[in-house]
Amino acid sequence: MNSSKNVWSKAINLGVWLLGIAAIVWLPFMSNRAQSPELRTFDIRANRYAYSPSQLAVRPGDIVQIRLTSEDVVHGLYIDGYGVSVSAEPGKSSIVTFIAGKSGSFRIRCNVPCGNMHPFMLGKLLVGGNVSLWQGMIALLLGVFAATTLSHHPTEPQQSTIQIGGKWS
Amino acid sequence: MMNFKKPRIELTQNSILKNILKSRYPQTAIVTFLLGGFLVAILTGLLGTPVGNRNFGIVFVWIVWWAVLILIAVPFFGRGWCGVCPIPMIGDWLQRGWIIQPVQRGLRSMNLRFPKRFRNMWLQNFAFILVALFSPVILTTPSVTSLVLIGMVIAAVGLSLVFERRAFCRYVCPVGGFIGVYSQASPLELRVKDKGYCAVCIEKPCYNGSEKGAACPWGVFPAGLTKNTYCGLCLECLRSCANDNLSLNLRGFSSDLNHPSARLDEAYKAFIMLGSVLAYAYVFMGTNGWVKNAAYQAFSLEWLLYVVAFLFITLLFLPGLYWLFNLPFSGIRPAGESGNKKAIFSAVRKRLPKKAFSALSAPIIPLGLMGWIAFSLSFLFTNANYVLITLSDPLGFGWDLFGSASLPWKPYLSEWLPLLQVTILAIGLAWSSRIARNIAPQQGVSPRGIFLYGFVITSLMLWVLL
Repeated sequence: MNSSKNVWSKAINLGVWLLGIAAIVWLPFMSNRAQSPELRTFDIRANRYAYSPSQLAVRPGDIVQIRLTSEDVVHGLYIDGYGVSVSAEPGKSSIVTFIAGKSGSFRIRCNVPCGNMHPFMLGKLLVGGNVSLWQGMIALLLGVFAATTLSHHPTEPQQSTIQIGGKWS
Repeated sequence: MMNFKKPRIELTQNSILKNILKSRYPQTAIVTFLLGGFLVAILTGLLGTPVGNRNFGIVFVWIVWWAVLILIAVPFFGRGWCGVCPIPMIGDWLQRGWIIQPVQRGLRSMNLRFPKRFRNMWLQNFAFILVALFSPVILTTPSVTSLVLIGMVIAAVGLSLVFERRAFCRYVCPVGGFIGVYSQASPLELRVKDKGYCAVCIEKPCYNGSEKGAACPWGVFPAGLTKNTYCGLCLECLRSCANDNLSLNLRGFSSDLNHPSARLDEAYKAFIMLGSVLAYAYVFMGTNGWVKNAAYQAFSLEWLLYVVAFLFITLLFLPGLYWLFNLPFSGIRPAGESGNKKAIFSAVRKRLPKKAFSALSAPIIPLGLMGWIAFSLSFLFTNANYVLITLSDPLGFGWDLFGSASLPWKPYLSEWLPLLQVTILAIGLAWSSRIARNIAPQQGVSPRGIFLYGFVITSLMLWVLL
C-alpha cells in the first residue's frame, strides 16, 4: 500500500518538474512565433532621471526606430543585450534603428553621465512580452515545490544554554 | 557535550588556521589596511569630484565594499566583516589601551552599561531606516557618503568612551544590525566545545577578559550562544579561553534559523530589510522617474510622500500582510467564536501572538538576503568598470595612474543577469519555504501561508527587477 503511494507520489513529482521545465523552455518559442515584421517608431524624451515613455514593447523581428530627445542635459540611451547606443544634446534629437532579433526584457540605460542619479536612469524594452518574468515565476513555483516535497527532517530544540548576569546572547 | 543536530566541521582543529586566528597580528593588519582604505574613501569623498561614479569614495564604498559584504561576507562568513570592520577599531583601541598585546592599564572609558531599554535591536532598526530614507542622496553624493562615515566613526568612538564594550556595534550600527540577523543564515559559527567547562569556569575570561585576550567586546558569554546574531567574530574569546574550549565551525546554511528566537526587534529587522530591498529595487532599478526624483530630493514634499510610503511598506504593510497570510493557517476561525468584533480580534491575537509571530519571521531572513543579492547584482554588473576608472583617477581630477581612467562605460554580463537573478530569487524562496516547513509546526501553524507570502513577495521582486 505504502509503496504504491510512494510510486504515485514520485510520478507526480516527476510530472510537475517535467511540466515546469517544459514550460520554461517552451515560453521563448511561443513569443518568437513567426509574424510579419513591422517598423515601430518611438519618440523618447529624456530628462533627469527618466525616459518617457519608459517602456517599449515590440514583437520579435520588428524594426525599431528610436528618436531620443533630451530636454535638459546630455543624455544617452543604451540597450542591454543589443548594445545599441545613441546620445542627444540638450534640446536636440538623435535617431537609432535596429532589428529586435532577441526576445525578452532588456534594460535601457543612460550611458552619458547626467547627474547624481545617472546610474539609475533606466527604461525597459520588451520584445515579445516579458518572457523572463514568466519563466521566473515558473522557476519560483518549482522552488517552492522542491522545498516542500524534498525529504523532511524536523528539527529538535537545542539544549538549554548557560547564562551569567542576564541575557548576553 | 553539545548535541548538534547536524554535523559541524571544527575548522580550528587545523593547527595552522587556529594559530593564525589566535594571533592578533593578521586581524590587526587587515583592520589597519581597511582603516587606510576607509580614510582614503572619506578624503576622496570630501576632496574629489562631486560626480558619484567618478569618485573613489562612492565607487569603493557602495560598489566594491557593498558587493563584497552582501555577495560574499554575509552569506558565507556571517559577521566576518564585523571582525575586521575599521569603524569601531579606534574606539576599541582607546577603550582598551592596547592594540596587539593585552596590558592592564585600566579602561579609558566611563564604562557605563548601555541603557536597558535600548539593549535590543530597535536603535539599529531606526538607524538603518534613517540611512535608507536618505540613501539615494548618500549613495550618489561623495561628500554625503564621507560625512556619514565620519559620523559613524565619531559615534563609535564616543560610545566606546562612555559605555562598556562595543555599544555602537551591538546596539546602534545600522549595518551591524542586518549583518547580525542575516549571519544566522551563514555556514560559519563560533561556539564553545563543551559547556561543562564553562559551567565550572570561575573567572570566565572569555566574558571578563584576561592577560590573553580582551573581554568580549560584544558582551556575549560564549557558552550562551545559540545563534550568530550577537557574536561579532572578533575571536577574542578564542584567545582568552584558558581551556581552549572555543571552536570556529563550518555547518549547514541557516542552522540557526531552525530554532528561531522570538524577539520582535529581530523580526522587525527582517521585515525592514525585506521592505527596503523591495523599495530600493523599485526606486533604483525601476523605470519610474517621478519616484527616483522624489527619493532623491530630500525634504521636498515628494520626498515626504516617499518617506510615508517607505515607512508604511516596511513597518506596517509587509509585517501586517505576513500576519494575515499566516492567520488562516494558524487553526483559527475568526468569525466563529463570537459576533463581537473586539472578541474576535482578541481571539485572533491570542491564536497568533507576538511571540509566535516573531519566531515565524525566520523564513523572511533568506528571502530578504537573496533579494538583496539579486538586487545588488543589478548595479554591480552595470557599474563594475567604474572601479578600474576610479582606481586610476580616484579624485576625478583627470589623472590616469594605471592607464584605465578613460575606459568607456560598459555593462558586464547584462544578458545573463536576468537568469542569474531568477535563479537567486528561486533559491531564496525555496530556502525560505524549507525553513517555514521546519519551524511553522513548532509554532502550531501550517507553513502554507508562509509559502504563499514568499511567492507573492518574490514575484513582486522579480517583476521589479526584470
